[in-house]
Amino acid sequence: MLSRIFSTARIEFAIALRNRWVAIAVAMMALFSLVLSVAGSAPTGDLGVDRLSITVASLTSLSVYLVPLIALLISFDAVAGEVERGTLPLHLTYPIGRGEMLLGKLLAQLGVVALAVVLGYAVAAGVAFGLGGADAAAGLPALIRLIWTSVLLGAAFLALGHAMSCLSRRPSGAAGMAIGLWLVAIVLYDLGLLAAIVADDGGAFTTRVFPWLLVANPADAFRIFNLAASDAVGAASGLAGAAHSIAAWKPLASLIAWPVAAALLARAAFARVQP
Amino acid sequence: MTILSLSNLTKRYGRDTALDAVDLELKAGERVALLGHNGAGKSTLMKLVLGLVDRSAGDISVAGHAPGSPVARALTAYLPENVAFHPALTGREQIRHYLRLRGGNPKDADALLDKVGLADAARRRIGTYSKGMRQRVGLAQALIGSPRLMVLDEPTSGLDPVSRREFYALLDELAARGTAILLSSHALSEVEARTDRIVILSKGRKVSEGTLGDLRTQAALPLTVHVRAKAGRESMVASAFPEATAAAGMLTLTCPQTAKLEMMTRLSGAADAIADFDVVPPGLDDIYAHISRRAA
Repeated sequence: MLSRIFSTARIEFAIALRNRWVAIAVAMMALFSLVLSVAGSAPTGDLGVDRLSITVASLTSLSVYLVPLIALLISFDAVAGEVERGTLPLHLTYPIGRGEMLLGKLLAQLGVVALAVVLGYAVAAGVAFGLGGADAAAGLPALIRLIWTSVLLGAAFLALGHAMSCLSRRPSGAAGMAIGLWLVAIVLYDLGLLAAIVADDGGAFTTRVFPWLLVANPADAFRIFNLAASDAVGAASGLAGAAHSIAAWKPLASLIAWPVAAALLARAAFARVQP
Repeated sequence: MTILSLSNLTKRYGRDTALDAVDLELKAGERVALLGHNGAGKSTLMKLVLGLVDRSAGDISVAGHAPGSPVARALTAYLPENVAFHPALTGREQIRHYLRLRGGNPKDADALLDKVGLADAARRRIGTYSKGMRQRVGLAQALIGSPRLMVLDEPTSGLDPVSRREFYALLDELAARGTAILLSSHALSEVEARTDRIVILSKGRKVSEGTLGDLRTQAALPLTVHVRAKAGRESMVASAFPEATAAAGMLTLTCPQTAKLEMMTRLSGAADAIADFDVVPPGLDDIYAHISRRAA
């Protein structure tokens, strides 16, 4: 079973490499990280924290947008693309389970996301150390936390991309669904919550329901977990208040539960695909 | 030993019946050709056998296992119609992957590619291959391991005549080792004597099954006789064969298979006036067209 999953992962990674997805993902992360770490280095002195911690705060906001986007871009084609190319029927006659096939693809694509995240953040860390000297080492734990939570966030959206891919069965439809999902989960969700809080004016919704809704969204859970875990990061961003009112295990549990739930959803959607 | 057994197999898509109560058995080492027009139900039958789509009624057994079950999949090789692969992968990478999925040794990939004549192209991306080369990659992957059942959907489409002959030679080898082979084709002339049995499907129903000889007898198509008269003797020949039609300086007439000898007698009776003659048995495609038309 493992050898089939790894073989699938290997072949999928080779495809991602040749389709330039690896290069595009790494370049995107590196470029944005570079811009943020250079531009975001101004307020260091005022806050009295090291340069890398400040950079991590900026990177957290960046990753919330970029990591899900990259993950969805890489994954929406996973099943719909095989349907369109006509490779799926043959693939499914091999002694490999549908779950194994999805896991193999997920593993390869997670490798791409991890590579992009690590290399991108390394650029930012390099700038922080270059400009701030050895002091920046104080921000390393925050950076490492940012890396593995980014990978978890990526895993959640990769699996969601697979689910879209199975549900639409056509690459164009899957791409549309992926963009829609990104807009709703990353942009509109927060706007909606904000509107609800304003309308509620400190009532029961804001105190009871809002924290759970925040945690329920993997992107918000990612943001809160990274902010709550670091004072410096919290100080640098407006969400510190919300972040500190929620126990850290809640967003963490959400970040771990989402990839699993999304993968199960993708598997269930794949079961309904008849080539 | 029975490798594949279908009984009363039926597949409906909504109100359309793609396959209607088909029975079929394949024994080890048997080569069976499935013939039919587009939409006759060949691909549907194959997808049912492979477990890719679910049946509406009837039973399928692949060496005693349910179609699409892990054991059935391990025993079965498939070559889809217009087989496709990811264009970014090389032939070697693709075959290595398939070998690993079947629990084989990835090092066997080159030998397999060599067997189908792709040794030189093994390191090139499949995106650069011609249709015939992709078909060969498809064949190479179907040869992995020793499948008990091979399901080949229009395997020779896109192959030139020489490659087609090599392809059938490979199938003979496999059948000799006990692989049951089910292949489909548009044309009887493509499968001819290379199969043990021919099954003709039309609009989802099995309309005929048997050896080529059986089908020939069943169709009972007449022979065609072409007669060319000696110069100046045309009218004499024409009066000897009043039922013939004249075209391109020849007289053409038909004669039932059972009346061959009488025709020979008539021909020899007019021997003085005849320059040349031909007796042509019905072509394979004529037989196929006749049977499938009769069924419709």
